[in-house]
Amino acid sequence: MHDASCRTPRTPAWLSWFIGRLGYGLLTAWVISLVVFIATQALPSDPARVILGPDAPLQSVLTLQQQLGLDRPIIEQYLRWLGRALSGDLGISLDSNAPVAAILFARFGNTLALVAGVIALVVPTALAFGVALALRRDRRLDRWSLSLLIFLKATPGFLLAIGLVLLFSMPHMDLLPAVSILDPERSLFRQLQFLVLPVVALSLSALPYLTRLVRAAMIEALESDYVIAARLRGIPERRIVWRHTLPNALVPAIQGVALTLRILLGGTLLAEVIFSYPGIGTLLNAAIQMRDLPMIQASVLVITLSVVLINLLADLLTVLLTPKLRTAWRVTLIQRNRRGIQPWWRRSPKAP
Amino acid sequence: MSDIRLSRRRQWLAEPQTRKGALITTLVILLALFGPWIAPHGTTDMVGQVYGSPQANAWLGYDFLGHDVLSRLLSGGVSVLWMSVAAASIALVVGGTLGLLAGLSRRRLDQWITWLADVSLAFPDLILVLLIVSMLGRAPWLIVLTVAIAFIPGVIRLARGCAVSVAGQEFVEAAQMMGYSRRRILFREILPNILTPLLVHLGNMLTWGIGMLSGLSFLGYGVAPPAADWGLMINENQAGLLVQPWAVLAPAVLVGVFAYGTNILAEGIGRSSSRIGDKQA
Repeated sequence: MHDASCRTPRTPAWLSWFIGRLGYGLLTAWVISLVVFIATQALPSDPARVILGPDAPLQSVLTLQQQLGLDRPIIEQYLRWLGRALSGDLGISLDSNAPVAAILFARFGNTLALVAGVIALVVPTALAFGVALALRRDRRLDRWSLSLLIFLKATPGFLLAIGLVLLFSMPHMDLLPAVSILDPERSLFRQLQFLVLPVVALSLSALPYLTRLVRAAMIEALESDYVIAARLRGIPERRIVWRHTLPNALVPAIQGVALTLRILLGGTLLAEVIFSYPGIGTLLNAAIQMRDLPMIQASVLVITLSVVLINLLADLLTVLLTPKLRTAWRVTLIQRNRRGIQPWWRRSPKAP
Repeated sequence: MSDIRLSRRRQWLAEPQTRKGALITTLVILLALFGPWIAPHGTTDMVGQVYGSPQANAWLGYDFLGHDVLSRLLSGGVSVLWMSVAAASIALVVGGTLGLLAGLSRRRLDQWITWLADVSLAFPDLILVLLIVSMLGRAPWLIVLTVAIAFIPGVIRLARGCAVSVAGQEFVEAAQMMGYSRRRILFREILPNILTPLLVHLGNMLTWGIGMLSGLSFLGYGVAPPAADWGLMINENQAGLLVQPWAVLAPAVLVGVFAYGTNILAEGIGRSSSRIGDKQA
């Protein structure tokens, strides 16, 4: 690069920020493992009792406790569990007696395909729709679309999914399969028709938030000084929209996409159950009903860790795409009071 | 104080969206509260044939066991209603307090609370609730508590952000210089100014709570079966979707209308208090 040779080489400022952010992410991941462990094994409810049900004889409960290592001290249990999880051994499913990791990652792949489909559909739609609405602000189309979006946002996602199932299981509506029972023998890409309805259902509930975010960001950007300056210089409106304002409106959209992904990972559970789609949501649901403890732990862990990863990537992208943050010496997110007056709750207590 | 409140309410009601939302929400609440009294049959009386279609004395037909759908519909709203209201209120009070504390306290405490909120935000709401409910059982108060816990981080973030931005403004500094006590500044200067965004968030939480609670019942983790509940009714009658769609459609429509009402109520309040309400997406 020409630029790099001119300047004195130095480590970019965002790199040190990123290392800190990475440490923060790892710390979060560790706390999450702790929470999952506490919720499943350390709470007063006895896992062996939960697995076998309330009527099981005491003898078999004690045997199972020994098998699961539940009679050991709680710290030792946690360390063993964590050590195994780190080395990729997520345990043996109590329900099917197969390794959890193998089942889990096949199902997780299906969920990722679903989520990728939703993102591929929602992000371009929301961008186009948001920009179009921002340019027609307060006109009839804008107002009608906003009411429609509010309606979609308010309707619980699983009702939309049920509505779609209802619609497509009607007598003359057999264009698409209403439930998505995949053939495990064939690859997912050969049976994409099963993906269509779940993707549409999830997209409908994810669309309003992103569209409104893009619209609000575009409206704010269109009212800023540099747009007025560009207009005064006679730059065509089209170029102003696509080259000057959209890149600035995109930065909040990255965090919006991250949030959408977080909601989607939880929301797929209901959609997957409704469409009987073999993803991680149906797996978790079945595991909870079967009281399959290792499977529950592993699925919750995988879902939450992917959320941590998504947040990390979104933060990195935000910093890299914002010139002000990318080139700053020190990336700081703490905002100071404009006039530098320290408010009373920040002042250090004075010695009397 | 009271005339401020009154004028604020009048300002909210000037927005047509608020009026519409308030009307819908009130109607659904009245239906849920007084429904059990006007229901023609008990919720567990088997009065007709399984999946019987609508007739003159059973407007919505019969469900999978031959219960009257209309009676179950009228009695099934109370659980969703009180649970979502309780969960959202608990989350608002606890989260609001923690958020204010974080926004107005010294660095260390602020960082701790913000970090805790960030960590719990990594759990998708439904997953957290499912995890706890599946391990500890499905007592109603437990479900309410876990849904509230799932909502708290969002409230903390909002309250902290609002408190920090309000606390930096001139009138707070002026109050400080006039030597008012911290208590007075907190309750008379800062709290009234962050009340509106918190109320809007309360409306949004109600919407999510209705969706989440009926979703939980739909999955079979909510209200236990013999009782009537809208989410549970959707689950129970799913098998007869093509024979007797009303048993699924009616509760689904009511859940949807309730969620829609609370949501546009929140939208209306948000829009009327800040005329650029679109930022509150």
